[in-house]
Amino acid sequence: MVLLQRPHILLLLIDTHQFLQCWIAFGSANEEGQQQEEFSEELLVKPLPDHKLLAHFHFQSSAPPSTSNGCHHHLFPKAISQLVQKFRVKEMELSFTQGRWNYESWGGFDPISSSNAKPPGVELWAVFDVPQHHIDASWKNLTHTLSGLFCASINFLESTATYSTPEWSFPPASGNVRYGTFPCEAVCTENLTPWLRLLPCRDKAGIALLLDRPSLYRGFYHSQRLHLTSTESSSEGIDSGIILEQTLTVVLQPNSERAIEVHASEKHVQPSWSLSSIFGKQVSGRCVLAKSSSVYLLLDWGLVAELKFPNKENGKSAANGLTSENFWSNPSFELSVNPDRIFLEESSSHSKSLSILYMFQVEKYSESEPFDIGLMWKVPVAWLCQQTPLHASRFFMGSGNERGAIAISLKSTQFTEGFMSANSKDGSCELRVDVFQVVPWYVKVYFHSLRVFVDQQPRAVSDFIEKIHVSPSKDKMSPGVMEVVLKLPCRVNTAALTIEFDKGFLRIDEYPPDANQGFDIPSAIISFPNFHASMVFLEDDSLNRSPLLSKFQHNQMHSVCTILWIIAQCAAKACC
Amino acid sequence: MEKVKKKIGSFSFWNWVTASIIFRLILIYFPKNLNLSSRPEVSTPLTSFRRLAEGYWLKQSFMSPYAGSMYHGSPLLLSLLGPLTINRIEGQPNHLLYSLVSVIADVVSAMLIRATGQNLRLAYLRSLESLDLVKQIEVSGDIAALIYLCNPFTIVACVGLSTSPIENMAVILCLYGACSRLIPLAAFGWVIATHLSLYPAILIIPVIFLLGCGPDSPPRKLFLQRHQQKEVLNQSKLPPRFSWGPVIHFAFWAFLWSVYVLVLCGISLKQFGGLWEMFKSTYGFILTVEDLSPNIGVLWYFFAEVFEFFRNFFLIVFHVNILFMILPLAIRLRHRPCYLAFVYVAICSMLKSYPSVGDSALYLGLLGWFVNELADMQFSLFLFCGYVGVSLLSPVMHNLWIWRGTGNANFYFATAMVYACLQIVLVVEGVSAMLNHDRKLRNLITGKPQDAKS
Repeated sequence: MVLLQRPHILLLLIDTHQFLQCWIAFGSANEEGQQQEEFSEELLVKPLPDHKLLAHFHFQSSAPPSTSNGCHHHLFPKAISQLVQKFRVKEMELSFTQGRWNYESWGGFDPISSSNAKPPGVELWAVFDVPQHHIDASWKNLTHTLSGLFCASINFLESTATYSTPEWSFPPASGNVRYGTFPCEAVCTENLTPWLRLLPCRDKAGIALLLDRPSLYRGFYHSQRLHLTSTESSSEGIDSGIILEQTLTVVLQPNSERAIEVHASEKHVQPSWSLSSIFGKQVSGRCVLAKSSSVYLLLDWGLVAELKFPNKENGKSAANGLTSENFWSNPSFELSVNPDRIFLEESSSHSKSLSILYMFQVEKYSESEPFDIGLMWKVPVAWLCQQTPLHASRFFMGSGNERGAIAISLKSTQFTEGFMSANSKDGSCELRVDVFQVVPWYVKVYFHSLRVFVDQQPRAVSDFIEKIHVSPSKDKMSPGVMEVVLKLPCRVNTAALTIEFDKGFLRIDEYPPDANQGFDIPSAIISFPNFHASMVFLEDDSLNRSPLLSKFQHNQMHSVCTILWIIAQCAAKACC
Repeated sequence: MEKVKKKIGSFSFWNWVTASIIFRLILIYFPKNLNLSSRPEVSTPLTSFRRLAEGYWLKQSFMSPYAGSMYHGSPLLLSLLGPLTINRIEGQPNHLLYSLVSVIADVVSAMLIRATGQNLRLAYLRSLESLDLVKQIEVSGDIAALIYLCNPFTIVACVGLSTSPIENMAVILCLYGACSRLIPLAAFGWVIATHLSLYPAILIIPVIFLLGCGPDSPPRKLFLQRHQQKEVLNQSKLPPRFSWGPVIHFAFWAFLWSVYVLVLCGISLKQFGGLWEMFKSTYGFILTVEDLSPNIGVLWYFFAEVFEFFRNFFLIVFHVNILFMILPLAIRLRHRPCYLAFVYVAICSMLKSYPSVGDSALYLGLLGWFVNELADMQFSLFLFCGYVGVSLLSPVMHNLWIWRGTGNANFYFATAMVYACLQIVLVVEGVSAMLNHDRKLRNLITGKPQDAKS
């Protein structure tokens, strides 16, 4: 008897292909970059099919190796560089997320969603460049430092029962990685302010001016991420210093009163919006410390296919006339500002249509003439975002407080069929799925009860699981980790993994505050390592480089499923 | 006439044995199984079948079976019973082979109890004869074996796939060996029982008495008094004095078996943590009461609430509690070593960290040996009703608390406390009934009025 106890969630985030070709030429510009600190700010806006809008802020600071100019920094936040030097962090990512990424409507197969759809709460992983026996100590210190820096309860991740050591399924495959999540952390403005403090202009100038707290936290999804890469201490010789990447991804509902009035009966009408209507603010010029400051508007290929561009049939020839007006004045929509550049996707695996990227330079604008783009829809339009190969959801089975089972179910999406046929030339088409799941110690998982269901039929575990690595949980000591590599046939419709567990009993002082709310199980990360579709934009100007777009090139692909698991473990609550 | 009666008795004994085996098999074949293996009454962290399967799975995946805190049993059980957790016969219920092993263990235990009971009865008859108190004695071996086989607790533990039938078999094997003076067998039983669940270690005292002075008999003082009365001192009719020979023999064999078991464990855990890890996660787990999931004992509730600061203190208190009772009981009941073993087993099952109904099944079975001596026990109806009531109420309370969420921990703990009290009453009443029985014998011999109850 299997009971679905709680509604949960499915989020799925997939890794991406290369999204945009990177403009960085590792030539003369890079040598110059080694000598000075740089900062760039960018914003990418993308309409989403369900009448929402994705805004993705991307700030990147880079510092040259400390040997070149000592401990002084002009732009780079000193706190971060000290942290890197002290704990010898090679790579680190910290994300604060509120809300869940809706993979069905917001897509999962583009760089934005695959790298920025994060599990709710706090997620931290770090790779250290210290000997094995010092890693745990470094991790503890790092969590405490970050906790202080970002006003969050990251310090709870110091206990060995909360973090784990992924062996091979976690992206930066290395023995030195530590991974911890704190799913029940409430993310709010107190975490954003310290994050903004790391920017040279804070939120006083430039694109960060748009970060109006009430508008941001009104959104459906909010994820602030901090990623840093350091080659300070690497022995490989290439020493490019520290690169700090700060991104903020929000999904907002544009204020669409006018649209409702006009087309109240029309279901598919997209709300018209402008930056000032969404954020309530305008950009009055760039941050003067920024090397580049630009705003992009991305129209998905799915959307482009629906829009009637004059010479849509001939994409290649259209690319030649990039500056021609027909790409931004269109019978379907109207942009309030003329784009400075237009990029067209060079080639696409799905070959139905090509995505379009409009670029706006913020440098041109000033306080007297603030920058504000708006998009006005003239006709209703409906499209679908590109989905992940498999749609993942995780749920909890069973009732009562004694035992249960976790099920991870994968369902194929229509979008994948095209890829499947493209990838299955040799006949033996296999879809590789990596599942990484951490469970807290009080979920006592019976690994021998792992079952695989393919197309709703129970199948032998060894037929579909190529590799499995588990590290069983130790009471109050370490969480349980399960890493599974699944090989599924491409034609699979559904697949499910189930695993049984007993609920452990906690001592009275081990309950988290507000225990009746339930216990969150950290998200499962599901990745599709074999999916490499590419999305390359035509670009002839190699000097113009955008860190935002280039960053998406080598993204790791994961899907995140989260369940909020309600368990009222009431042992020993009575009579005290 | 007596022969016919005996024949009928023995016939119905085998009937009952067959009936109980068939009943077990029916329960094993019960459609969609009864899920007894996940009941807290049946499977504790030490005896749980699922944990055994998990330990075996980990071992098969080249990990230490003690990685994580799932398995806390012996590595030998893993090697013997582990393969049975995954082998299945097409078309048969899962774990059929494992269940059959449990049934066989139960039957073997019952047969050993029967043989021991017959030994005890013969020895007791002989000593009564030497006191000139010829008395009709019931066939306590058959009764004890039937109590053990037909006890719902035993059946549940057997069908619930816990490892307690095997632990119980080891304890019974030890007592059987000691009663029949098969010293290597006694030593083997004792070593295996200790290895599997630690608490039977204290049975070494009754075993030494059994080997040293023979099975249960009236106090030695009575014999001396009797002979003084008759003024004939017939040494041959006196019970033998304590002899150290068999005890030393036992110690030697126990040492040999322990080394053997440790070597086997060491071999099976060679590529993992070795013996130290085994001791830490078996004996260490028993002694530190790490798992606080509810069971029919009382310690889980206590340690879920006690302040961390006092935890070690109370751990010592609870375990020393068992040790404190060893010496006084050993002195008082030294002439009845089998009864002493029963009392020890009952005390352990009351105070152990993770008790299950399998432990009660064992001491209730052993109680059957003493039906003649304990005929005058008080509160026997009360105890019987108490056991029935607790075993019906406890699952209800557990269901209310864990599954329905309408009750709380106190509901379930109340039944656990009543259960503990019943066991205390049983032990106290049992011991006092046995002492009264001795007094009665003394009065018979010295000719004092029977009702002189001091």
